[in-house]
Amino acid sequence: MTVTEGLHMTVLGDARATPRRTALICLMLGAALLASIVLVSLFGSERLPASESLCTLFSLGRRGCGLSAAQTAILMDIRLPRILLAAAVGASLAAAGASYQALLRNPLAEPYLLGISNGAAVGTMLSLVFLGQFAFARPLLAFGGALLATLLVYRLAAGRTGTTPERLILSGVIVTTFLSSVIVFVTTLLDATRIRSFTFWLLGDLSGSAGNLLIVSIVVSILCTTVLSFHARSLNLLMLGERDAFDLGVEVSRVRFTVFIVASLLVGSSVASSGSVGYVGLVVPHLVRLSFGSDNRLTIPAAALLGAMFVVIADTLARTLIAPRELPVGAITAIIGAPLFIYLLRRG
Amino acid sequence: MLEAQNIVARYGSRTAVDSVSLTLSAGQITALIGPNGAGKSTLLRTLNGGMTLVAGFILLNGKPLESFARREIAKHIAVVAQESDVRFPVTVLEFVLGGRYAWAGGTTWGWESVQDVESVSAVLRETSLLEMRGRLMNELSGGERQRSVLARALATEATHLLLDEPTANLDLSHQATILSLVRSRCNRRGVSALVITHDINLAAEFADNVLLLKDGRSLAYGPPQEVFRAELIEQAFAIKVLVDQHPMSTVPRITPVHEDRRSFR
Repeated sequence: MTVTEGLHMTVLGDARATPRRTALICLMLGAALLASIVLVSLFGSERLPASESLCTLFSLGRRGCGLSAAQTAILMDIRLPRILLAAAVGASLAAAGASYQALLRNPLAEPYLLGISNGAAVGTMLSLVFLGQFAFARPLLAFGGALLATLLVYRLAAGRTGTTPERLILSGVIVTTFLSSVIVFVTTLLDATRIRSFTFWLLGDLSGSAGNLLIVSIVVSILCTTVLSFHARSLNLLMLGERDAFDLGVEVSRVRFTVFIVASLLVGSSVASSGSVGYVGLVVPHLVRLSFGSDNRLTIPAAALLGAMFVVIADTLARTLIAPRELPVGAITAIIGAPLFIYLLRRG
Repeated sequence: MLEAQNIVARYGSRTAVDSVSLTLSAGQITALIGPNGAGKSTLLRTLNGGMTLVAGFILLNGKPLESFARREIAKHIAVVAQESDVRFPVTVLEFVLGGRYAWAGGTTWGWESVQDVESVSAVLRETSLLEMRGRLMNELSGGERQRSVLARALATEATHLLLDEPTANLDLSHQATILSLVRSRCNRRGVSALVITHDINLAAEFADNVLLLKDGRSLAYGPPQEVFRAELIEQAFAIKVLVDQHPMSTVPRITPVHEDRRSFR
């Protein structure tokens, strides 16, 4: 046995996530995310010269590097913000999905299945219809909608004998269908041209990456993923059952409350800026667990990084496949996600 | 020491535990016996602070149980619950490390310390699970899984073990393994244990004390020789029994007497 093997044995690092392994995996995924952000910024309906674009990107737009002013604007003011928004949305949805799954002990739990995304969508729609002039009303109402939907699902699920994962999922289905009809109702109040843009947005649309919302999304995704990671060890036990977690010392109701609020914030901010991008919260955490195991201290940050990469690539496909026209990014994530999910389900 | 005095617990208007008292003292195993629905599991949950008391009180080392924080209770009292299903791919090592949760510092982010990992690997050796630490929980056999659940409870280093049918669905040799693990903890580290079981003869062998429960009430409480008397067993289970002495261990031996044998044929 070599010295490293001996060390490995004493910390039993062969069968668990260690801080070192977590840091290593997250660093690798982070590097891959950065590389994909740089790479996809070279693609788009407008062809930009590669080396000049890279030079501009790495100097953060301070040097021209031989790009024309229009080209620099396309790269730095249109493409890069949209890619960063895609990363924030992907990270938010994947981290929220991983947390919901652990909290509800259900590998199929997801913001959409629970009606939380629809809650956020109703909030966003209401702010667009009635408070269109206030930019900040959008994330606030989306968060409010997500939170209300969460509380509603939660109240519905709380039976006399306590909350079971099955009851919670069923309540989620009820809230989802109810809110879907609210969305349809609000949509009929709109004129024909806005209906089209709404439908597009509902399917997930990253083209509206306005400055303020972008910053909100990035800050929320980083802060909330960190908070969720701080609760990861409690989630590890909750994942095995609320009673077990309680017995082992977890303050179940406090952790559950915090995780619900924080995950709702993540869903709210991503729906406000990009509509409903489906399957990210379902497929990405699954892939992470299959590859790296179920320890949430690794799963949550790794899912955030991989989710960011997933949506960045999906959105690149959405805006280049039939350029100059665009597809909603939600359509792409569903086309990639649904078959992958069926495969995962069949693998059992 | 864990001490319950006249505790009452209810589900809505139904009284599940009715004025029960018991004491778990160092080194002793208490068996909790009674028919299905007698309130055994409820009593066990109550002792861990998992249910609100309607009346009576519970003292942990002389102080009221409710004055302890959740984590502090978990450091003193460990529970082996009836089997729960694991829906995520969790390794045996990760599962057993869960027992160290209460010992983490102020943050829940905390990674296990070297000490945590060392005490867990000692427990894995004690329960013969070290070799299979990398296997997934949902791929284990019933006996291995039950051993892992016990290992997690032992990893807490709690001084009180509450075990809810730890030997259910296990074959004879696995039953013996689990109980001798509990017994050796009690003997070597002064741990006390409360064990719910339906195997009266097994209880007679391993228990220092027996609490016989029916309809939430305590029918008898004391050493096996006092509790395992025919009239008490018949009263609790509504079945005729023959009580004699085990020829080797001399503890009471209970044999059900089926008067109408034709109903079995």
